[in-house]
Amino acid sequence: MTAALLDLSDVARYFDVSPPWLTRTLERRPRTILKAVDGVDLALARGETLGLVGESGCGKSTVARLIVGLHAPTRGTIRYQGQVLSGPAAPPGARAQRRLRRGMQMIFQDPYASLNPRWRVRDIVVEPIRAEAPGTGGADLDRRAAALLEQVGLAGADGVKYPHQFSGGQRQRISIARALSTEPQLLVCDEPTSALDVSVQAQVLNLMRDLQRRLGLAYVFISHNLAVVHHIADRVGVMYLGRIVELAPARTLFGVPRHPYTRMLLDAVPDLEMTGKARVAVAGEVPNPLDPPAGCAFHPRCPHANERCRRERPVLRDAGAAAVACHAVEEGRL
Amino acid sequence: MTQTTPLLDVRGLRVEFPTRRGTLTAVHDVSFAIAPGEVLGVVGESGAGKSLTGAAIIGLIDPPGRIAAGEIHLAGRRIDNLPDEAMRKLRGREIGAVFQDPLTSLNPLYTIGRQLTETIRTHLPLSESAARARAVELLDEVGIPAAGRRVDHYPHQFSGGMRQRVVIALALAAKPRLIVADEPTTALDVSIQSQIIALLQGLAREHGTAIMLVTHDMGVIAEMADRVAVMYAGRIVEIGPVADVVHRARHPYTVGLMGSIPSIVEDRERLAQIDGAMPRLTAIPSGCAFHPRCPRRLPRCAEARPELSPQGATRAACWNPAAAAPGVTAP
Repeated sequence: MTAALLDLSDVARYFDVSPPWLTRTLERRPRTILKAVDGVDLALARGETLGLVGESGCGKSTVARLIVGLHAPTRGTIRYQGQVLSGPAAPPGARAQRRLRRGMQMIFQDPYASLNPRWRVRDIVVEPIRAEAPGTGGADLDRRAAALLEQVGLAGADGVKYPHQFSGGQRQRISIARALSTEPQLLVCDEPTSALDVSVQAQVLNLMRDLQRRLGLAYVFISHNLAVVHHIADRVGVMYLGRIVELAPARTLFGVPRHPYTRMLLDAVPDLEMTGKARVAVAGEVPNPLDPPAGCAFHPRCPHANERCRRERPVLRDAGAAAVACHAVEEGRL
Repeated sequence: MTQTTPLLDVRGLRVEFPTRRGTLTAVHDVSFAIAPGEVLGVVGESGAGKSLTGAAIIGLIDPPGRIAAGEIHLAGRRIDNLPDEAMRKLRGREIGAVFQDPLTSLNPLYTIGRQLTETIRTHLPLSESAARARAVELLDEVGIPAAGRRVDHYPHQFSGGMRQRVVIALALAAKPRLIVADEPTTALDVSIQSQIIALLQGLAREHGTAIMLVTHDMGVIAEMADRVAVMYAGRIVEIGPVADVVHRARHPYTVGLMGSIPSIVEDRERLAQIDGAMPRLTAIPSGCAFHPRCPRRLPRCAEARPELSPQGATRAACWNPAAAAPGVTAP
């Protein structure tokens, strides 16, 4: 995968959520380790959109944070344009890291929390340019800010306003303008439309598509909303308890889902076409990630689980156009 | 739809908030009815007035907000002008409420058994032990495994989906005839969401409970509701049977709303886009409140406000309704 823009190989991130040392000692309790992400392999080509879906606690947001460097991986290597960003072979030093990460930006879920309310929009939008090239002149920055705002469908003159003067959808446009200021090739978007109303969500999704076409951007698009991911993504990864259980082109994944968990998720989504149809309720809930089941993490909820599933953890294997981590699929039982 | 007498009858409801800069009207002239066993979905985007309409019915509008006009009747009895104490008895006994966040609806310091028995004994003349037995029965009914043991657990010992079941059990404690559910599945994951939907559906079908389901999620409405009311800027702009509103909407706002929802079965290059955003309460446009964003507007739309009138299978408030629903495929 030399052509990949972004490449994650066996990336894991553990969090130590142990009780304090004294409690541990007195109550003779061991350390508690949360394996938020546990061995994820992903590759992303230029101009491609990779969707990551899964329920709360599956590790999808942690993957986003690992990619942009907000968390350091516990294990594994992340490469961007062939250069090692994090992992054993990563170049030391904050400056080198910053230079490598210049090509990627992140968009967050809450456009109310991610913009500083005391800054004018113009300053918010050009902040990444300032951080990168501190010497840039004021007139130059004004010009760049106006161009960026126009690019996301706002008026150049809006730069003098403050964030509270904008609606939620417009704020998310400001976040996108800020992310575009360093001319990135990769945007990591963590639930970018989840806080927005549907009509506004449609505006933002359409804008993201237009920008991708115009600028050749690649997106890592994280969402719990399967319909949104179906709309925007070229390829989709489904996560369950810190691992990818199925990775496939969007059309394949939504058309012929292979992994039992993917099937369950797709069945559970309420859809406009569902009117009048009786629903088959899904059994069970995501297990406690501190104490994941042995073998395949999905086996307690899986109708196809057998002895091997309870014992041995399946790895991601190619199955047609998709890659699936499931013994039943591998054995041809599914 | 159903020809039985409505259980809930709302007529000309108006909710106002007095502010320093004048009175804001958040809900205007809203009228609808719900029959026993019927699920009415109320949809709209933030600020449409859907949650306030629900709050008005359960008598929980935060002051200084108030019901300024209109009447609410429950099973033929007027309830919007009841004194606080009488309303408090009615709430829980006749009307159950389910809110979005199950954690804020439960007291973290009491076991769920205690919260349930307290609610049951407030409304029903039962002994402590009978109330406890009823609590276990309720937990079992909403699908909590090992209810006899779980009844002594605290809210934090339950997962999000289980907590929402407990909240539903609380709402059901006195066998109310109406449940007002405000975004009951919004905070939940899809697999849990589908379980809660199935649970509420079962209540309506098997016990004849009427449900007012307030949500922004059209998918949930499409699946659960019998009829849908679409709200915009404080008014109902379209109301009708769910299949007609979803697939054959007449009001341009409803059409746009349906077209803007991504689907998991259909490939679409672009989503239908309604430009702009819902107006603020301080600046509701003249005439039809939707006209500045409307692709089908006529000159008169800015001057006169259209009333709800029959348009095919639904009733819509529009001077120039869409002929058939474009952008959404019929089944």
